[in-house]
This record gives sequence, structure tokens and C-alpha cells, in this order.
Amino acid sequence: MNKPVAVMVLQKTQKKRLNQRSQTLLYLTFGSFFLVAITVAGTLMGELAVTTSFTQKNLLPQLAHPFGTDWLGRDMLSRTLKGMSLSIYIGLFAATISAVIAAVLGAAAATLGKKVDAVITWLIDLVMGIPHLLLLILISYALGRGTFGVVVAVAISHWPVLTRIIRGEILQLKEANYIKIAEKLGQGKLKIVVKHMLPHIFPQFLVGLVLLFPHAILHEAALTFLGFGLPPEQPGIGIILSESMKYLALGMWWLAFFPGIVLLATVMLFDLIGESLRKRIDPHSAQD
Amino acid sequence: MILEANGISFGYKRGIKLLDNVQLTLESHERVGLVAPSGFGKTTLCQILSGYIKPASGQVLLDGKAIYTMKGYCPVQMIWQHPEKSVNPRLRLKDILAEGDEIEERVIAGLGIERDWFQRFPRELSGGELQRFCIARALGKRTKFLIADEISTMLDLITQSQIWTFLLEEVHARNIGLIVVTHSQTLMERIATRQVILAQPE
Repeated sequence: MNKPVAVMVLQKTQKKRLNQRSQTLLYLTFGSFFLVAITVAGTLMGELAVTTSFTQKNLLPQLAHPFGTDWLGRDMLSRTLKGMSLSIYIGLFAATISAVIAAVLGAAAATLGKKVDAVITWLIDLVMGIPHLLLLILISYALGRGTFGVVVAVAISHWPVLTRIIRGEILQLKEANYIKIAEKLGQGKLKIVVKHMLPHIFPQFLVGLVLLFPHAILHEAALTFLGFGLPPEQPGIGIILSESMKYLALGMWWLAFFPGIVLLATVMLFDLIGESLRKRIDPHSAQD
Repeated sequence: MILEANGISFGYKRGIKLLDNVQLTLESHERVGLVAPSGFGKTTLCQILSGYIKPASGQVLLDGKAIYTMKGYCPVQMIWQHPEKSVNPRLRLKDILAEGDEIEERVIAGLGIERDWFQRFPRELSGGELQRFCIARALGKRTKFLIADEISTMLDLITQSQIWTFLLEEVHARNIGLIVVTHSQTLMERIATRQVILAQPE
């Protein structure tokens, strides 16, 4: 008879914690909620961000003014929120335009033959070869600076990376066995695109779009900071940061510190949303 | 019907011919085995015969019509060696099967495909189970010739025999011509009515 043998189990009972998917969903919700909150608060604020009050100037952060006030007595929290929401709008617009350009050029490069592909690949290399900030300044300057200049510059300079991804993805799909088989089974071109290609490309596209936001926002702020972007009367984050430079030497650290933190947090939140989204909808990286 | 390969030449690299002047004629009642060591272009020839690749010279004719330029459902269907690459990982098996040409219930039952596999995604089935779907998908109503490129290599012997018994009955009953590639000599002798050997070009 076989005697039962005790076997050591190397598995420890795990502490209860959220699984990867729920955790990712939590990040996604958290990130989106904060960004929407910032945008809504900034939009509904009205005149609060530009109201000056000379009895309350140069105040340290305190309960009534959590981010302090500046040399004109403007509440820095309101200014930051207003500026950030403006940046998010510009980022949203610019990223969408860039993503659309990327989708069109990427699909054209992959499907319209070798010559079109060569031209588009060359364009990608050209735009990527120029230092990005320099390109932004050039476009913005050529369009007469101001809001229009910065929006256009940011919108039409962020497409190369996503274009490359989409082009590569489509080229790879075209060589996939199951797509060649579908053709031989008499499936129409449109049906193959809708049923086989779009479900593969759309997640990549969406994630690429979301990950473009932080770039667009940072570049808008950088351009404005350097004085090529938004006009000084706008409460842009870049304006706030460049103005507060002059007052840093006077010891008014809060003018740059809090807006800077909010900018950083926003960019990181967008990044978090993008990464969470990727994990949720792209099965290849789901286990990362 | 007659499937004819006339003077097929093909190579992947410039100046190096993999296939040189291949002649092959196949009638509907025949079952031809392709024999050659690895790397001699068996799969490439299969792809040329079923219209996936355009040969560098020569052409493949089905009853006198060039196969490569044919539109719509191709009467020469190839079953690939790797089932997991032959199905879209994002489609359910029922949608994958629906791409075939009105697959009959008899085929599905004969291949031992179970009903509850239909709702699953490809990664939830084993290679052998997936291969049955790939075989069923190729056995549509308008299929006249079937090219089986090492389709049973990943299956155990019992499943191999089950699938081949069904396939042989099916091609016989529907008068479908068959081209078989396999490294198993016993299987080849059991299936093929005639063998074609690919030799190295001089």
C-alpha cells in the first residue's frame, strides 16, 4: 500500500489585494476624475483668477489662499486652476489633431504603395530630426505667436511617433496569415479592415492619443514660458511660471512651487491614464 | 477539375531559385503527396498553388484559369501548418468559422468540434482544437482542391487518425483533389495515391 506522504507547499496564503485589472481600473478612474475636476473648476471659475486685491498681496499660503497670492493680490490657486484647464484644453485639441494626422499618414504609408511610404517615412524622419522645441518656436513665431500660433504649433508637430506606430502595425497586419486566409476565403476588403484590422489598431491609436496629451501640455507650457506662446494677460501655466521667476529671488517661493507641482501632477496623471488604458485594452501588455 | 502548375519558378532572394520549373498536374480524384526535406520549398509551393504567392515565372491554372488573379472565394484552399497564426486572436471561434463558405454541420461534427468551443477565443483552445477549426473553415461549399501543409504535426496519433479518416472520406465523397505535405512516411503512404519529390535544382 502507498503510504500518504506529506508534501511541503511552497505557496503562502496571499494577502487579499486587488487584482491587476481592478487596480488598473482604479488608477484610470482616479486619474480621469482629477483631470476632469481641474478642468471643470478652472472653466467655471470666471473672473476669480484675474481679480486683483491690493490689500491681500504677497500672502504666504494660508487657509483662505492655499497657494498664496501674488504681487497683485490674485489668488494663486484660482490662477493655477484656470491656467491648467486652459493647458488641458489646448492639449486635448492639439493631441486630437496630431492623432488624426497620424492615423491618416500612417494608413496612407502602409497601404498606398512604396513611393507614398517613402515620402511619409522621410517626413517622419525630417520632423523627428529637428529638435522639437525649436520646431515649435519656428511654427509659433511664423504664425505670429499668440494663442493661435501655439495651438497650431503644438497640434501639427506631435504626429510622427504615432504615425510610425500605426504604419508599423498595419504593415504587420497585412502580412498576418489570418488576413491572407480571409482574402482567399473571399472576404471583401472593407470587411477585412473592419473585422480584422481596426480591432488591432484602435487600442494602439487610443493609447497613443492619450499619451500625446502630456507632451502637448508640457510643450505648450514650455513655449509660453519662453515667451513665444500665450499672451501675458492669459493665466497660462507657462506665463505664471515665467512671471514668478522674477519674484523667486524675493523669497516668494510659492508662486512657482504650487503651479509647478500641479503641472507635474497633471502630466503624470495623463501618463497614468494612458498606461492604465493600455493595460486594460491591449491584451499583449495586460500582464506587465 | 484539373489543377495545373506550369513551369513554376520562385525564389525569395535575388538570383537564388528555390523552385525551378516545377510541373504538376492534379485531378479532382487524386491525392498527391509532396516529399522533400526541410527548406526545399514545400510550403512555398503550397502557397503558390493556392494563389497566395505569385510565381516569378510560370503559372498555376485551375481548369485553364490563372489562380493568382482570381477574385472572391478561391476554390483551392490551403490549410496552414500553424493554426494559432491562422486565426485572428481577437475573434471568437464562431466568427472565425463564419468566414468559411457555408460550412456544413456534418463537417463540424466529423472533425469532433464541440459546441461550447464556439463562444471561446483562440487562446482558450489548444493547437489541435484550433486546427480542427482551420480544417473545417477550408472545407467550404465551393472548395475544389485542398492543400494540407503538415496539418497534423502537432496532434497526437489518435486525433491524427480521427481527423485524417474524416478528411479522406470527405474529399472522396465531394471529389475534392488533395495535396498533402507531411514528414511522416507511414501517413504519406496511407493517404497519397501518388508522390511528388522536390529535388535540389542542379
